[in-house]
Amino acid sequence: MPVESVFPRLEALLPHVQKPIQYVGGELNSTVKDWDACDVRWALMYPDAYEVGLPNQGVMILYEVLNEREGVLAERTYSVWPDLEELMRKHEVPQFTVDAHRPVGAFDLFGVSFSTELGYTNLLTALDLAGIPLSAAERTEDHPVVVAGGHAAFNPEPIAEFIDCAVIGDGEQAVLEISEIVRAWKAADRPGGREELLLRLAKTGGVYVPGFYDVEYLPDGRIARMVPNRSGVPWRVSKHTVMDLDEWPYPKQPLVPLAETVHERMSVEIFRGCTRGCRFCQAGMITRPVRERSITGIGDMVDKGLKATGFEEVGLLSLSSADHSEIADVAGGLADRYEEDKIGLSLPSTRVDAFNIDLANELTRNGRRSGLTFAPEGGSERIRKVINKMVSEEDLIRTVSTAYGNGWRQVKLYFMCGLPTETDEDVLQIADMATRVIAEGRKVSGSNDIRCTVSIGGFVPKPHTPFQWAPQLSSEETDARLAKLRDRIRGDKKYGRSIGFRYHDGKPGIVEGLLSRGDRRVGAVIRAVYEAGGRFDGWREYFSYDQWMECAARVLPGYGVDVDWYTTRERSYEEVLPWDHLDSGLDKDWLWEDWQDALDEVEVEDCRWTPCFDCGVCPQMQTEIQIGPTGKKLLPLTVVGK
Amino acid sequence: MQRVRLRYTKRGRLRFTSHRDFQRAFERALRRAEVPMAYSAGFTPHPKVSYANAAPTGTASEAEYLEIALAAPREVAWLRERLDESLPAGLDIVDAVEAKTSGFAERLEASAWELRLEGVDPAEAERAAKVFLTTSSVEVSRETKKGIRTFDARAAVTALEAADAFASPSPSGGSDALASVPCAILRLVVRHLTPAVRPDDVLSGLRSVADLAPPVPAGVTRLAQGPLDERTGTVTDPFAPDRDAATAALPTAAGQQAAAAPEITGQ
Repeated sequence: MPVESVFPRLEALLPHVQKPIQYVGGELNSTVKDWDACDVRWALMYPDAYEVGLPNQGVMILYEVLNEREGVLAERTYSVWPDLEELMRKHEVPQFTVDAHRPVGAFDLFGVSFSTELGYTNLLTALDLAGIPLSAAERTEDHPVVVAGGHAAFNPEPIAEFIDCAVIGDGEQAVLEISEIVRAWKAADRPGGREELLLRLAKTGGVYVPGFYDVEYLPDGRIARMVPNRSGVPWRVSKHTVMDLDEWPYPKQPLVPLAETVHERMSVEIFRGCTRGCRFCQAGMITRPVRERSITGIGDMVDKGLKATGFEEVGLLSLSSADHSEIADVAGGLADRYEEDKIGLSLPSTRVDAFNIDLANELTRNGRRSGLTFAPEGGSERIRKVINKMVSEEDLIRTVSTAYGNGWRQVKLYFMCGLPTETDEDVLQIADMATRVIAEGRKVSGSNDIRCTVSIGGFVPKPHTPFQWAPQLSSEETDARLAKLRDRIRGDKKYGRSIGFRYHDGKPGIVEGLLSRGDRRVGAVIRAVYEAGGRFDGWREYFSYDQWMECAARVLPGYGVDVDWYTTRERSYEEVLPWDHLDSGLDKDWLWEDWQDALDEVEVEDCRWTPCFDCGVCPQMQTEIQIGPTGKKLLPLTVVGK
Repeated sequence: MQRVRLRYTKRGRLRFTSHRDFQRAFERALRRAEVPMAYSAGFTPHPKVSYANAAPTGTASEAEYLEIALAAPREVAWLRERLDESLPAGLDIVDAVEAKTSGFAERLEASAWELRLEGVDPAEAERAAKVFLTTSSVEVSRETKKGIRTFDARAAVTALEAADAFASPSPSGGSDALASVPCAILRLVVRHLTPAVRPDDVLSGLRSVADLAPPVPAGVTRLAQGPLDERTGTVTDPFAPDRDAATAALPTAAGQQAAAAPEITGQ
């Protein structure tokens, strides 16, 4: 059956919308495969605007991995802005892919990657525009199988009603396995229909099908248990882990958009996973163990990627990039290689204690010396012990003053407010730290023309972390605490002028908290918000706290729970958590011990450099830490024509 | 320093590329093509590229122009080909010439445009064009960053006429591909004055003086940009003076260029 492009109909709408270029596709390195020559077809979505979604590494990697496979095709789709949505509804243009402008409803699979929970309402918009029933239960064989992935999929319960299945962990191998199952099922003429396909996926143990689990509740609203309701469906679903990153050098041909996006650079993931053990950090917990890409693998990806894209900056991506065992040789080798070409290098995440000035000098050798950013996260030594962010104030001051001494003029410090056990005093110490930073900076640089910006946002407890049991601080208390900090900083006559203060109010954090630790009952709130017009919740200009609270107040009392129950309530050891049946590899008892250690202000080392702490991941997932050093160096490339 | 002038297009769906989008795409293409660009001095050096008169976002063009400065000389044909390959299809480099003259920007005196009016009867378009031309002044308004601006769209127009009428296939294609809708085509020549009169302004003029209201947005394409030949009313090739200068100086210039660029190989 031929599938027509909707572009002729879309084209007539484009002159009437903002930034039409984001809807036309045609990016360098994009792929359009022959529809009829493929028997498994994926529409991949990042549920946010194109400018945010296009640079997303996860989608870019899966797009390429799938398109490389014979007989499999993948196209991309992003959230359309409300101006186009309105026109599409009026002119009956369905949600489309940007590659060949095919209707999303025509694909076999609709994979949606959630980096954050704030994309849930956008999922509903896309489903509806695609003509796919919002409830998975109402879908037929003619509709795509809706697959959720990304970090937020580690607790997909709030969107359980809207998705057919979820995959947790690394997607590279998982999407290929799913493709083969779909291919075999289609080739056999779809035996047993949609139900049978989902059953085949569920039986692998690596695909979570919410519809195959019943949730039983206790009278007080807590969950009693989650029970499989089909035979052969596992009690727990495992995450996927790619072990050898050098075997997966994706994206090989990064997409280069015509439209401007939030990351105007090429990214190379230098390692996956982090075992620093910061207790607030969901990414660090769910992506264990650490798996490094080798220095030569990195060099190769940078070389090929730059040739394929022409980008002028390379970001060395990971959760804590300075922790790569050969980072100095990586940065130095790349700076040597691209000295002539004016290619900038950046390390998006750098820990204070892993930072050194030689590395910083290498990174900025080719010209750009912008500001430095560090994330101490907590203002007091005490709270940093609670969160296991083992950075001493002395370390920080030493690092930052070295930076000022070497010509940097601007340092940004990131913090969180509302951490477990936190008091006003913990937060007010941020002001003292910033003051010391400026005082030291003025001393070593001999100049008053230096700045420090304090950026602070509310902490949201996340599933699969030691803080999954913790109470979230209410938005009122968060705002009050931040106001005190602001006054303390502004009130400083001597240094206040040199300290910038940027903060996010506590309200969006409460909605994120509701969605992060929510269960299936929260799905009704998401649907209500969507129906009331909620869209683009990650965008200040669209997000409406009041709308979320109104919808929650209308829907949740029927279940005997409310927003506070999901957010500011502390959970007990016995409580069945909504994501307990999703196995991130972390042992729940280990997480609980780590939570108790947090309350006792006891720190835990990084298992890369100390013996195992039995978090459970390696034995459970049959994985192991993969780190260097390899001892290899990056050789200069022979440049043609020089 | 070698300077090369390029003519490029914005075709098909890539006509929605804004000028800023094009600039980024072009600078990346320069890197992929390994063009030895000259860079501006300063803290953040930029490759030296000057752009002239970019067509508005959403309008297609066969005749956009820019000039690049090179740190090491390259053969013009090689540059044209390499850059064309490096740009996405639709942004195509269609002509190139080594800059041998000055005042290139001033040479772009006028533009010739094609306005494709899907669903409009050609006779109706022809009638509207005549009304427009016989009106001495056509006030139009356009929203700018500084608010609504009103100006005359008539004086800058030196020609507006219906081109050969024909019926185009239905854009929905498919099984009723044989069905057709009327489509009028207008050719427009506009002098580059201040404030600039764009095809959109002429279209709003056509609406206000002759009630011409196309049911779908007009497909607008810039066909040419360059000196206006007052005698024939046509827009001529702005590269002609550079070509003439190169031909006149041929024997010596070719020798110098060959000597200066020994590293160019067919690879």
